[in-house]
Amino acid sequence: MSHPTGAEMNRDLLHPLFNTSWRFWLLVAVFGGVVLFGAVSWATQLWLGFGIAGLNWPVYWAFYVTNFVFWIGISHAGTLISAILRLVNAGWRRPVTRCAEVITVFALMIGAMFPIIHLGRPWLAFWLFPYPSERLIWPNFRSPLVWDFFAINTYLTGSLLFLYLPIIPDFAAVRDKATGLRRRIYGALALGWRGTPKQWHRLETAMSIMAVAIIPVAVSVHTIVSFDFSMAPVPMWNTTIFGPYFVAGAIFSGIAGLLLAMAVLRRFLHLEAYLHPVHFENLGKLLLVMALLWGYFVFNERLVTYYANEPAEMAVFWSTQSGAFAPLYWTMVIGNFVLPLILMGIRRFRTITGCVIASIGVIVGMWLERFLIIVPGLSQKYLPYSFGSYRPQPVEIVITTATFAGMALLYVLFAKVVPIISIWELKAGEHPSPSLIPPATEEHRLGDLHL
Amino acid sequence: MPRWGMAADLDRCTGCGGCVVACHAENNISTVGDDQASRGRAKHWIRVERYYEGEFPDVRVKFRPVMCQQCDNAPCEPVCPTYASHHTDDGLNAQVYNRCIGTRYCANACPYNVRFFDFFNPSWEKPLHLQLNPDVSLREVGVMEKCTFCVQRIKSAQIGAKAGQREVRDGEIQPACVQGCPSKALVFGDLEDPESEVSRLSRSPRGTKLLEDLGTKPKVAYLARVSQT
Repeated sequence: MSHPTGAEMNRDLLHPLFNTSWRFWLLVAVFGGVVLFGAVSWATQLWLGFGIAGLNWPVYWAFYVTNFVFWIGISHAGTLISAILRLVNAGWRRPVTRCAEVITVFALMIGAMFPIIHLGRPWLAFWLFPYPSERLIWPNFRSPLVWDFFAINTYLTGSLLFLYLPIIPDFAAVRDKATGLRRRIYGALALGWRGTPKQWHRLETAMSIMAVAIIPVAVSVHTIVSFDFSMAPVPMWNTTIFGPYFVAGAIFSGIAGLLLAMAVLRRFLHLEAYLHPVHFENLGKLLLVMALLWGYFVFNERLVTYYANEPAEMAVFWSTQSGAFAPLYWTMVIGNFVLPLILMGIRRFRTITGCVIASIGVIVGMWLERFLIIVPGLSQKYLPYSFGSYRPQPVEIVITTATFAGMALLYVLFAKVVPIISIWELKAGEHPSPSLIPPATEEHRLGDLHL
Repeated sequence: MPRWGMAADLDRCTGCGGCVVACHAENNISTVGDDQASRGRAKHWIRVERYYEGEFPDVRVKFRPVMCQQCDNAPCEPVCPTYASHHTDDGLNAQVYNRCIGTRYCANACPYNVRFFDFFNPSWEKPLHLQLNPDVSLREVGVMEKCTFCVQRIKSAQIGAKAGQREVRDGEIQPACVQGCPSKALVFGDLEDPESEVSRLSRSPRGTKLLEDLGTKPKVAYLARVSQT
């Protein structure tokens, strides 16, 4: 494969920003339509009352909270993958990082909507803010939901910065190519970037600081999300394994989301020269590692519960292993463990197609995992007289679908206004300069990537 | 400071459901209709749980009236992000409807499933809207509600006692379920007063607490059946 030159990179990667085809408008119309439908559904729920959702006594949390945990999980694509790859200075990361960081920001925005959608009185959601109220009431800092609020806001702020910093030189590149109003907008976004050595040095320093800082934030966010469940005395919720289990699951689903996004981008934006099979293969190996880790956590959780044989927990345990939730449970095991193990474990299948199939399996499996953590525990909580069940209603299904369309819509719009592959980082990888790259690191060149 | 508690003598409970009806009438609990009830949206601040023992025709039914256990160590309280669910000075688990934003976390944390969510705005078929109790606020869509031990009756008795410059007498306060129980299976009173009937019954060797091993320290004592062999 030929090496794209600097001019070719500019041409290929800035192309979508300056040329709009009818396909872009079609995608925006389709995804936008689904999102609008979701918004109308939520408005209907607000207007008619929460009862049009499928929630009931005693299953008070279901689809909405599942979506919340799922999307916060997907958001771990960017930070953890991109930050770790940056820190270890893996050369193959260069075309991948921005796709990942964007997923983080958008998935967080979508995930953070759900605690509000799921509220009985969402118009009062601002009571979670510690604002000085005239009644001198603060939020209850003992509540995991308040911890969530702070964790997610911290993470969103951090990941926005983490996304924005490496875009600055690319904004400047767009600015230099654009004219008129567009030039002024990108000029403002580029924050006066001129590419002086001092600016490069500051950018590199800021990015290193953010890469180090974002990792503990990302780990803590999903641990705190897991606290929503593990803090409550609900059978199969109240367990110490949830923190690491949720973080591992989040990275797992994040990698799957990233692989899917990369495959779609490669195909539709014709980025074959930039996103090579080796990128998919490397991320596929990461997916394999996470699948094994996930399997280990599930095995642990299940074995410990089974061995302890506590009656309330066993009711939930058997309902997932062989009862009403068993079909969902075994689908989850196949999607999250069997499928990635076969496809990513055997080198022959570790192709782009293989990665896409495994990722779809993992996305489905991880969504089911969150559902199976939340609902069976609530529906069989201690007193058999109060056992219940849950069946999703149209409004919940539509809103759930709309979030996937919303993710796609945001991604399409973002790829329209920002180069989806970091141009300057690619160029820096092609022409390593001593001022940008730590001298001790051996850089992979884009053209001759090895395993 | 009193510490309100209840004792339920399962030997006396006939499972008639009188307490449930009395509670609905006293506390303005809206009925939701058959369709919603079949979807699991019925709200009963007190319910009579029925458990069956044995095979037909040799069946025994056990009844257990279950209301909010007013736990001393209530799992519903710390999880509420807005303090809507909180502990009062006299040990009640209060639910401030105005402060509730409807996260429903309290209901998940409650092991007894005695918290209920208002899925729709309440409504009453005419002329039932004329029988609403003016002492109890109505709950709008999106909030949690639950048994209060008829806090309006407690407050009213306390105010009456204060006006008469005396203490609240044992048995003077009767929540609606206690008042409505024909077999006098339910007894309410102050657990701080060792002489009160509820204290006496709670100390009974027959006394148990519901799901006591969870460490919630409930204030409702259940007196086990002895007639059973």
